[in-house]
Amino acid sequence: MGVEIIVAIISAALISNVVLSRFLGICAFLGVSNKVDTAKGMGVAVIFVILMATAVTYVINRVFLEATGVFKRDLTYLQTIAFILVIAALVQFLEMFLKKFIPSLYKALGIYLPLITTNCAVLGVALTVAQDYSNFVIGMAYALGTSGGFCISIILLASIREKLENNDIPESFKGKPIVLVMACLMAIAFTGFSNLNIG
Amino acid sequence: MDSVVIISSIILLAVIAIVIGIFLGISSEIFKVEVDEKVAKVRECLPGNNCGGCGFAGCDALAEAIAKGEAAVNQCPVGGAPVAEKISAVMGVAAGNSEKKVAFVRCNGTCVNANNAYTYTGVKDCRLAASLPNAGAKQCRNACLGYGTCVEACKFDAIHIVDGVAKVDEEKCVACQACIKACPMKVIELVPYGKKHLVECSNKDKGKPAMDACKVSCIACGMCERTCTKGAIKVQSNIAVMDYSLCDDCGACSEKCPRKCIS
Repeated sequence: MGVEIIVAIISAALISNVVLSRFLGICAFLGVSNKVDTAKGMGVAVIFVILMATAVTYVINRVFLEATGVFKRDLTYLQTIAFILVIAALVQFLEMFLKKFIPSLYKALGIYLPLITTNCAVLGVALTVAQDYSNFVIGMAYALGTSGGFCISIILLASIREKLENNDIPESFKGKPIVLVMACLMAIAFTGFSNLNIG
Repeated sequence: MDSVVIISSIILLAVIAIVIGIFLGISSEIFKVEVDEKVAKVRECLPGNNCGGCGFAGCDALAEAIAKGEAAVNQCPVGGAPVAEKISAVMGVAAGNSEKKVAFVRCNGTCVNANNAYTYTGVKDCRLAASLPNAGAKQCRNACLGYGTCVEACKFDAIHIVDGVAKVDEEKCVACQACIKACPMKVIELVPYGKKHLVECSNKDKGKPAMDACKVSCIACGMCERTCTKGAIKVQSNIAVMDYSLCDDCGACSEKCPRKCIS
């Protein structure tokens, strides 16, 4: 069990990184990676939301949607709409909770908190866990690995972008194009992890 | 697909939505944050540039500090007197005088005036150039480098590079101090608005080295200090420094300066 958890975390974080090899959550990845500080805030917020959303959606899927659940019918086609509902509500709740009890974190996360509602990585993880993972603990480990992988890659890209600012970039590459090139190179670098032999 | 599936899926989604709605409604009551009415009112008066010129993190932070009485009502340098008046009406205290200030670049080392020690062809960024030998290409080690780091920092389009030196547009400047913080050479300072006579040099060399570096450099001769009847201008560490509270803008020092470095 212990080994399986570690394998799930590492493979989700590095080998099949959510942004760089599964191409989820690209919007936030490109949008809020211009400064390391904001990237950190976004990364931590995403970890928080993904963990909570996965836990809740796992239970909903198990109890209501699957054929073995309360309704005795296969309702898994409702996963997408039900999970979106839950994620949106969770983000709202989290916002209220942080505003009341941890205002400093609330201020630091700022606009990024509501933005997570539309981060497809969250829905992606919730759906993957619901469909592919029968064990709750390993599913949560996978969620932790995925969100951690998102955090790692967004902070890496932000630090590269901060360095890029002082460079002489050709006119046609200024702005988003050079960021896409950087993301591309990062994705290529991350393919190196696919040879990692674990488990 | 039998009708049970359709009905149960409708019921399920409706229940989830209702439960979430009730849950969010209740938790918004439980987690309600009491907002001081004064904070919101003060915040409405502030300009909302979030420039940080007041020394707080932004307009929200300043509004909070003013409402708590930790900051003065005229703390906002952007809004000046009109905003201070509005805020004092909200807070019920006298506004006090807030003198309008503007940023000023203490350097006149234009392309014609200043001599270069070497030719610099790197990235046009003062922070980078200032870290090079001799603190930038200009021979003067305290000169405005003219690569426009302050121009980038300014959110109000109030500072521009003219002839190799940054110049502040007094009408547009709101004294937010963003350029002062951005300048690696520390040649920008706040001065009273509308003041005619200012020392346009920061060179801390004396005599010949200062003369060689720039045509309009202060050589610390002390002529201005001897001329001034108010004692408002003094030579401190080889550069003339004005005390704006004593100066009456008569312009005697400007006339007498042999290097024409006082405007």
